[in-house]
Amino acid sequence: MSGEDILQVKDVCKTFGGVQALLNVSFNVQEGEVFGIIGPNGSGKTTLINCITGFIKMDSGKVLYQGENISNRTPNKIANLGLTRTFQIMRPYYSLPAYKNLVIPLFSPRARRTGGWRGGGKLGDRGTVAIDILEEIGFERDSFVPYKLASSLPTGYLKRLELARCLALRPDVILCDEVFSGLSMSEIASMVPLIEKLQMDGITLVMIEHRLRELFRVASRVMVLNFGEKLTEGIPEEVMQDEKVKEAYLGSEKLLDYTFEG
Amino acid sequence: MDKNLITAERRKERLDRGIKVRTEGIYAVSSWQEVTYLVLPRLILIVGLLLLPLLIPSLYWKRVVSIAAIYALLALGFDFLAHFVGLVSLGGAFFIGVGGYTAALLNKSLGLPPVFTIPMATIGGAIICTLLLLPVLPLRGVYFAIVTLMYPLALMRIIEALNIFGGTDGILGVAGFTNRWIEQYLIILIVIFASFGLRRLVNEDIGLVFRGVKDNDQSVRASGLSITLYKAIAVFIASGLGSLGGAYLAHIYMWSGISQFALDFSVIPIAATVIGGGGTLVGPLLGCFFLVPISEWLREFGTLRIVFYSVILMAFIMFRSEGIMVYAQRKYHQFQRWVKV
Repeated sequence: MSGEDILQVKDVCKTFGGVQALLNVSFNVQEGEVFGIIGPNGSGKTTLINCITGFIKMDSGKVLYQGENISNRTPNKIANLGLTRTFQIMRPYYSLPAYKNLVIPLFSPRARRTGGWRGGGKLGDRGTVAIDILEEIGFERDSFVPYKLASSLPTGYLKRLELARCLALRPDVILCDEVFSGLSMSEIASMVPLIEKLQMDGITLVMIEHRLRELFRVASRVMVLNFGEKLTEGIPEEVMQDEKVKEAYLGSEKLLDYTFEG
Repeated sequence: MDKNLITAERRKERLDRGIKVRTEGIYAVSSWQEVTYLVLPRLILIVGLLLLPLLIPSLYWKRVVSIAAIYALLALGFDFLAHFVGLVSLGGAFFIGVGGYTAALLNKSLGLPPVFTIPMATIGGAIICTLLLLPVLPLRGVYFAIVTLMYPLALMRIIEALNIFGGTDGILGVAGFTNRWIEQYLIILIVIFASFGLRRLVNEDIGLVFRGVKDNDQSVRASGLSITLYKAIAVFIASGLGSLGGAYLAHIYMWSGISQFALDFSVIPIAATVIGGGGTLVGPLLGCFFLVPISEWLREFGTLRIVFYSVILMAFIMFRSEGIMVYAQRKYHQFQRWVKV
């Protein structure tokens, strides 16, 4: 971990009508770390990601990425800087085969500029590169799976496809919006090494998660949101001891035992 | 017993032909039969279109073929925008009118011959249409359809009210084609190239981006691509096709007027897409070569024309709503047989 802040979020506020979705949320993400964002349902986690990546205009606040102010830029410009995201509700191109789903991000200015085996260009056409990325993310190369229509793929593969779309952009940061949700225990078990591998490749990860046990295996720091406000931030064990967090997020002390069992 | 009845003992089985399975995405051709299987339908289309003017003796019906070809350009553009980019365009009249007036003005004021005015009106018309439609491109939903319908109506009234571009009389004395056969065949060749070109385009990488915009535009943005830019490129292509048709129309009739903004140009391509089968590109083309002559033929019935026309459309929507080409492709690519359960 180089320890430099790759992403700085300062005092982000967002209201939807009368609902305060986010109120003065600030945090820094260091290069190479896995940063977790947790909180009860409706606490503003996804809104925060939408604000950072430009899908929603924030009312006030600032987002600095690699020292550059990227507040309220268009999502495609932000993605081209290497700050990518996955969607909680998967957004594949259902009418296209899985590997053709990746041709689209490979067509982006960033992928075309950076080239290399992930970006297409010298190492074969985009379809070939797409299959390489899919293999890396856990699609069996010699099976039919990469060639199947995205509409016929199960959730586990679609979640991987979300990550693959980010990888096709050769990202510096991936904001993962609940990559574990909707997956079976065995699917989650096979996703965790993937996340660890991404981290080892030098990609900074910001993970929104409800699956705390898996998140704490990979995350070095965690931030807790509740009703759009930041409760606390720190290493997972400390955060879970915090009285405010227990009250807001976990509701009872019993859940703590569940969280760290095994 | 009804021979089409599916019972507990027997049912229909449909199997994809081997070649179809193998050529979905990649072309692996191993025998003459397979080459023929792939080439034949395309060849029938090309040869059929080329023979059409030769087989028709009367000048009137030859002109109808040209008009059908112009509608086919619009229908190709409509199908491309609707099924591969996700934009429902009612802009046929808009594209035709802009292309027609551009060609006529270039010809009358600068004295340029059709060989220059048609390409210039194609590009110029596409630029004008794309710029005028730019404000609605970031939006989803019906806005694009509404605005494309609004422009031809508005432009018609503007020309009428301000009495510009010849007002209600239109621009008379536009140069025609010097050779009747060039006039006849150029548009047919353009239609053939446009249909095969568009089909190639939608399977290229940039075509996948278009299809991505239709399927999931937020995902395209997350992939670092501007949806407005790619929608604009797609609108440029479709409006270019329409403007080309408009310019051609102006030179065929040696006249350009406000009736080129008539809603027929917006509506018939959509009807042709319904009949021909949306998303196939060639279907709407065939639909035009079916609908436009029928519409001409029905002129004999005077005002009842619209009634017959509606009945034909209704019949298609009720009994073959998928369209001719979707049905034909399925039948061509699949075996069908009865099997014992």
